[in-house]
Amino acid sequence: MAPRTRGATGPAERELLSAGDVARTVARIAHQIIEKTAVGSSEPTPVLLGIPTRGAPLAARLAERITEFSGTQVPYGSIDVTLYRDDLRRRPPRPLELTQLPEGGIEDRIVILVDDVLFSGRTIRSALDALRDIGRPRAVQLAVLVDRGHRELPIRADYVGKNVPTSRREEVAVLLSEVDDRDAVLLRAAADESGGER
Amino acid sequence: MKHLLSTEGLDRDTATALLDTADELKRTLLGREVRKLPTLRGRTVITMFYENSTRTRVSFELAGKWMSADVVNVSAGGSSVGKGESLRDTVLTLSAAGADCVIVRHPASGAAQRLAAWLADTPTSVVNAGDGMHEHPTQALLDAATLRERLGPLEGRRVVIVGDVLHSRVARSNVHLLTTLGAEVVLVGPPTLVPTALTSWLESNRVRVSFDLDAELPTADAVMMLRVQAERMHGAFFPSAREYSISYGLNAARAALLPEHAVVMHPGPMLRGMEIADSVADAANSAIVEQVRNGVHVRMAVLYHLLAAQSPAGEVA
Repeated sequence: MAPRTRGATGPAERELLSAGDVARTVARIAHQIIEKTAVGSSEPTPVLLGIPTRGAPLAARLAERITEFSGTQVPYGSIDVTLYRDDLRRRPPRPLELTQLPEGGIEDRIVILVDDVLFSGRTIRSALDALRDIGRPRAVQLAVLVDRGHRELPIRADYVGKNVPTSRREEVAVLLSEVDDRDAVLLRAAADESGGER
Repeated sequence: MKHLLSTEGLDRDTATALLDTADELKRTLLGREVRKLPTLRGRTVITMFYENSTRTRVSFELAGKWMSADVVNVSAGGSSVGKGESLRDTVLTLSAAGADCVIVRHPASGAAQRLAAWLADTPTSVVNAGDGMHEHPTQALLDAATLRERLGPLEGRRVVIVGDVLHSRVARSNVHLLTTLGAEVVLVGPPTLVPTALTSWLESNRVRVSFDLDAELPTADAVMMLRVQAERMHGAFFPSAREYSISYGLNAARAALLPEHAVVMHPGPMLRGMEIADSVADAANSAIVEQVRNGVHVRMAVLYHLLAAQSPAGEVA
């Protein structure tokens, strides 16, 4: 097991998933999606929508894996939820991120929302609100790399990479090479109460 | 950022953030059936127009409504201003009534600044929608958004602003914003309609004055025609509309001097036939309609940056 602390000066930090673990986890979720939504059958293929920042590259990776395993192209895109957040008033204005819907849209499709960490559930609620303004999917599912608990809303994930029991004082950091310098999932002792959810 | 009063002093990062937000809003709303975002629910925006306006007022109202703010319009004619209420009392009344943001257009230069000073102890934001001959910051932002859309980054681009520069708040706001974003600005107009005290602009080396439109067009990346503001002219600035048109109007022959990629712009309202020919205003390289469209998104971005994180009126910020 990795050491719990890096040293006297650095912050307490523990690796939950290595780069290899991240790749295996994404592959496993891809298999689960294929099985659950019957990708490759006569059913319409699902649409993957990642929530920026790190949900977007995760959605792209998942779509790639699903195509590789099933031979079926899966449309994917991103959906920014900043304008739908319930905590806008509490923080300085945030820059908006890319919303890019795949060409076929989401009307009557199964939409799978993809995010890195599931925490309070508020981001997912915002995403559901945003989806409602864009169209009416047949069903909405949720895939996350890490579920760290502490839900504040009745929301659950359909596909979970890893369940991590955490304290509110801790922070789960997902690193992806598209955004960061490497792939990893880290557990840190956070300075503030807000935890890892941005 | 509490107020948006001018583009003078608006730093490059803030300006770029506003333009990026406007781009994302445009992309987000593109092709949607429901053009409504919940972002500013419960916010109250009051527009206060002491001068006529079509596009600025409508686009501010739409910007607020598309983000779910409550928008109230006050016009000088239909309000207590007609009974003699002062500007200060009017704006304090609007703030007390619960305005989170007051959008003001006024014939006096500096009116927006005064409003902001009077509202210093309240959480109410002020947006300048045009004050006399001073500034019209959201117009410059929508012009920059349109230019970025057509030309990409503005660094090193040359924008020629033509016409009644002296009376134009649009020109003033554009000079500040475009140079902040790295563009070069050439002001062209009859000598009587170009301000004389330009030294501080000229020192920046990014602003130049010319009286020969034909000489400037072949190297322009964009040409911005200004409206001749007859209502602000108390004196003879040029002999006749016909002579103005011959020297400084953008007719088809002149437009042919422009490089292929150059964008033709006009803040509106246009005086067709005098400032700009019909065929030029409606040509493919004209961005005049796009300017109006971008105006809504830019004003949404401004309201978002000013109001999204602000505490509601009546509470201590």
